Amino acid sequence: MSKWVINENLCKGCGICIARCPLKILGFADHLTPKGIHPATILNEEKCTSCAICARSCPDVAIEIFKEEK
Amino acid sequence: MAKVLMKGNEAIGEAAVLAGCRYYFGYPITPQSELPAYLSKRLPQVDGVFVQAESEVAAINMVYGAGSAGARVMTSSSSPGISLKQEGISYIAGAEVPCLIVNVVRGGPGLGNIAPAQSDYWQATRGGGHGDYRTLVLAPNSVQEMADMTIEGFELADRFRNPVLLLSDGVLGQMMEPVNLPEPRDYDVNSKKWALGYPGKDKAERNLCSSIFLDVEELEEHNWHLYQKYQVMTDLFSEGQYKDFAVEEHLCDDAEIILVGYGIISRILKTVVEKCRKRGIKAGLLRPKVLWPFPTKAIQRLADKAANFLCVEMSCGQMVEDVKLAVNGKKPVYFFGRTGGTIPSDFEILNEVDKIVRPD
Amino acid sequence: MKQVFKRPESLSKTPFHYCPGCDHGVVHRLVGEAIDELELKNRAIGVAPVGCSVFAYDYFDFDFNQAPHGRAPAVATGIKRTRPDAIVFTYQGDGDLAAIGTAEIIHAANRGENITVIFINNAIYGMTGGQMAPTTLIGMKTATSPYGRDASTAGNPIRMSEIIATLESPAYVTRVAVNNPANLMKAKKAIYNAFKLQKEGKGFSFVEVVSICPTNWGKKPADSHKWLAENMLPVFPPGTFKDVHGVEKA
Repeated sequence: MSKWVINENLCKGCGICIARCPLKILGFADHLTPKGIHPATILNEEKCTSCAICARSCPDVAIEIFKEEK
Repeated sequence: MAKVLMKGNEAIGEAAVLAGCRYYFGYPITPQSELPAYLSKRLPQVDGVFVQAESEVAAINMVYGAGSAGARVMTSSSSPGISLKQEGISYIAGAEVPCLIVNVVRGGPGLGNIAPAQSDYWQATRGGGHGDYRTLVLAPNSVQEMADMTIEGFELADRFRNPVLLLSDGVLGQMMEPVNLPEPRDYDVNSKKWALGYPGKDKAERNLCSSIFLDVEELEEHNWHLYQKYQVMTDLFSEGQYKDFAVEEHLCDDAEIILVGYGIISRILKTVVEKCRKRGIKAGLLRPKVLWPFPTKAIQRLADKAANFLCVEMSCGQMVEDVKLAVNGKKPVYFFGRTGGTIPSDFEILNEVDKIVRPD
Repeated sequence: MKQVFKRPESLSKTPFHYCPGCDHGVVHRLVGEAIDELELKNRAIGVAPVGCSVFAYDYFDFDFNQAPHGRAPAVATGIKRTRPDAIVFTYQGDGDLAAIGTAEIIHAANRGENITVIFINNAIYGMTGGQMAPTTLIGMKTATSPYGRDASTAGNPIRMSEIIATLESPAYVTRVAVNNPANLMKAKKAIYNAFKLQKEGKGFSFVEVVSICPTNWGKKPADSHKWLAENMLPVFPPGTFKDVHGVEKA
């Protein structure tokens, strides 16, 4: 299961999550959503620390974050 | 309850409390000031809320908020203040929130003066604010009716989920008469399932109080829904349950001339009718007690029998247009008015009657 | 896997209609989170304004009133006085609160109504197409200040938090921004504090959120946040102007 889950129907491609990710591991996907935008996607999930800055910054509450339990 | 001597404005206040109204929001203006003064003293005694708002605009929006949360709520003002309230009244009508609004009418336009007038008839009966809506308009002519119509006004507002306007004037507001006050009624703020904060288990998923319908088709549907409600009201007031409540007829059956007037004018007209009868003129009085829905059918029935109509108002002629629409050209409709705060005397009106029925 | 971030229960499932990058969505979420965390969802009643957030009622999962332009604090007064146990808040923009509704906000604050006001200040009218707001910066070009706002004819940006903080009655007046993660966390805390005070019956709470309007500013969302930091925050400095009950220290 993924740590980083986006609801592409909510994403408007504003890019705020990409700009704010401290590890710069987010980017725009190549595909288009039904709204005609390139949604945000995670490029290197292994590096993701589940800090949730992207999710907290998303104006459309499109991102959910999970963390591995140790 | 024994009869008590009260000012018209105070009678409205006490009747509101007896009707279960516990919320008043208003702004000072003459000549209605006795009403907020009375309620500012009375409401705290019954755990009610009195707020003197920063403006008429704010007051009517507090009414909108309280009404949307299920309160039996009222405001009052006089003509210039009622103009300010029109924005809120339009929203309240659009969102179908019940409330009582009292207008103790004074002379206009503009700041006008503080003398009694009937020049807000158009504003009251045509809506006043923007959009396709109606308010129910009650027109008392005595201190007793100020009390009775206040109580009935709250009931009607709740029944139709519509703002009710009590159209009074400076004379009725200021004069003192004995009043028979009814027994107090209980009102439960949790009695309306649609209200915001309604706690019952039968509540919808969530309640919304709004007048915005951005989608063209939705607004059209909403406006036709309101129209149908207004049609039901019109039927009930012209032929149905409220037929007798809506109009008073005095010696109309054999009348050759029907005098038409509402509010304080109707009391002068009653004197005129008696004087006419003594002089052999068969005069009758038709008094609309409800100005919207207008008693069109009652006037139509008389238009088949009487020869003339004389509409008397404390304005340059506003209700006369509705009388003419009702008579529909069948008989002549004359008008006599005094304006600017002047009250016509019975002699002046008699003189007008003479000109019509005895032109020689 | 444990979920560490999810949509608050107080938000409905309806997607926001706001423009890409608009701060309204973030602030809506912070309001939803505060109401969830304080367990107030079944008591909450919102009052939506006129402006971009006119449809705020669609995005929250509790009762709402949609108020006339600027009148939300008066409507909220009527609701709160009728239902003192309800948690009543208004959500207003700068045109709604700082122009047409100036009287209503000042007097609701001055009565110390036990309500919460969330004030979005993005220095422009959004819904009507980018006109000059009372909070528009000097020199800022808008649809109705095409040569830039000129103080000699249009006055200066109005600072509502400072004005409201001069009143004796309000319990809490604070200004925040959501332009970076650190400010966002402060904004979250401020909104939480505001609702906490209302829950405890401690009076009027006011949170101004200095926000962006990428569409009408003509900037990309990320650039807008940078512009806000450089231009808006010096005029509208974040900070707490009034905290009668010391909620921030608690």
